[in-house]
Amino acid sequence: MEAEGTVSGAGLIAMQNFLTRKIAVLSTCLILLLALPVIMQLLDEPYLISLSSRILIYAIAAVSLYLILGYGGMVSLGHAAFFGTGAYVVGILASASFDASPVFSWPFQMDGSERLLVALPLALLISAFAALIIGFFSLRTSGMYFIMITLAFAQMLYYFYVSLEGYGGDDGLSLYSRSQLPLLDLGDDTHFYYLCLTFLLLFLLFCHRLVNSRFGRVIQGIRENEKRMQSLGYAVFGYKLACFVIAGAGAGLAGALMANQSEFVSPGLMHWTQSGEILVMVLLGGMGTLFGPVLGAVALLSMEEILSMFTEHWMVYLGPFLILVVLFTRGGLYGLLIGRER
Amino acid sequence: MLDSILRVEGLCKRFGAVEASNNLSFEVARGEIHALIGPNGAGKTTAINQLTGEITPDAGSIFFDGEEITHLPVHLRARKGLARSFQITAVFEHLSVEENLGLAVQAHQGHSFRFWRNVARDSSLKQLTRQAIETIGLEARAAEPAANLSHGEKRQLEVGMALASRPKLILLDEPMAGMGPGGTVKLAELIQGLKGNLSILLVEHDMDVVFSLADRITVLVYGEVIASGTVEQIRNDPLVRQAYLGEEVIDA
Repeated sequence: MEAEGTVSGAGLIAMQNFLTRKIAVLSTCLILLLALPVIMQLLDEPYLISLSSRILIYAIAAVSLYLILGYGGMVSLGHAAFFGTGAYVVGILASASFDASPVFSWPFQMDGSERLLVALPLALLISAFAALIIGFFSLRTSGMYFIMITLAFAQMLYYFYVSLEGYGGDDGLSLYSRSQLPLLDLGDDTHFYYLCLTFLLLFLLFCHRLVNSRFGRVIQGIRENEKRMQSLGYAVFGYKLACFVIAGAGAGLAGALMANQSEFVSPGLMHWTQSGEILVMVLLGGMGTLFGPVLGAVALLSMEEILSMFTEHWMVYLGPFLILVVLFTRGGLYGLLIGRER
Repeated sequence: MLDSILRVEGLCKRFGAVEASNNLSFEVARGEIHALIGPNGAGKTTAINQLTGEITPDAGSIFFDGEEITHLPVHLRARKGLARSFQITAVFEHLSVEENLGLAVQAHQGHSFRFWRNVARDSSLKQLTRQAIETIGLEARAAEPAANLSHGEKRQLEVGMALASRPKLILLDEPMAGMGPGGTVKLAELIQGLKGNLSILLVEHDMDVVFSLADRITVLVYGEVIASGTVEQIRNDPLVRQAYLGEEVIDA
């Protein structure tokens, strides 16, 4: 944010305090994230590295949802459709490679692959394509109708994968191993953790540039007042669709990593409760910044993990906590830690 | 024949039993300020909305700058240089004054599928945005979110956004709505200053403003044009006096 010499003295100091606090908190988080595998090894809790990878992956999914929800004002309850699609691309390619049979042989032969450099771009591409189709129809509606139609599309995909007997149907599909990548051994949890962290940071950088670009400003304008944007000369549908597709690809990236993390894919990945969980992460983390959803993912998943150690009925405690956060901290957890962005 | 920037021919629009536009025809000449007046419910905003494309007319045609635009969608009309301001302020509340005007400028610099470059450091955009801020005199409030502006300042921004796109014709739908006398004078001066550079179609309730600013006036009553002409002609038109001005005198 540029001050332009128009902000009063007190405002400037407040803004500087805010920035110092923001930089302090964010750099502490980054150092913690970088050092996490080492700390876990020292604590002799290697299982937690795997859990942390899962959290980072969900953070990517939550950030991608935040792109359309927070910046674009499009509340989708079907975001897991793209998460699941990304995961299934990795799963199906790996399974075909293991069976040494092509995924399909018409109009050209598509062989399976266990290489991440093949599977990941394909996962991004196909989930982006799914978002293009779903968005093309859904974005003709808004508000409650949009919530419902995205939900319906995601459930359609869910049942599609349930009926996909060749790939495990209802039971899902186990991967023989994680994908392969030159130089790294993804089977090693620490290597895999750093891969997820790299992708999260790259995706955050990408989103940061995106929301501050011309495109990002248009998206925010549409959130504020779609009619006004039209009368200024913007073809709003195209911009919304583009944003939806980018978010879909982001969720696909997360899904592809998720398939690797758990070495298992199932239709449950795109069940509506999954969409709901990602949505809760966004709400919990707080609006107004890309770090909110990351924080939300960290908080929700670690609380799930911790509470379920004590009781089977952890949802009873988690539910009221979520309600309290959403009701009383208008900036979500991010607002509690750093203060409101504006 | 008149060199017209906008020509409306036989526009009709019904809402159920209400004839909001009844065979509406008028022309706006290039470079003039043309006022559209009429008592409440005369169909002024409906007429504006048909010109901008938010409402499709049942019949009739609209020509803008020599081209028929009757069935063009809203954003394409805007791109051709037909801008509007809204009667109910429609600024982007959470964005700053600068960002609001930046969006208006950006709309006319080609497509916005530009994903990487920081828009705040975009010099071609910044310079034009600066000019737009200066035009409406909100330099001191540039970084302020629009939500924090006073009502009068919001109205200035509202008009400023329509202007920032450098239109050929600007439709001002009650730009003075809800403003105090001080603000009205300021905005009237702004509009006066635009005269000649672009054409203006002004819908306004404030008769003093209309008579001091307009070159020509079209009077609507129940969706029909009952008179169209210069300020003097309208002032002396018996039909107008009866339908409109008389009412005002009685009201006062």
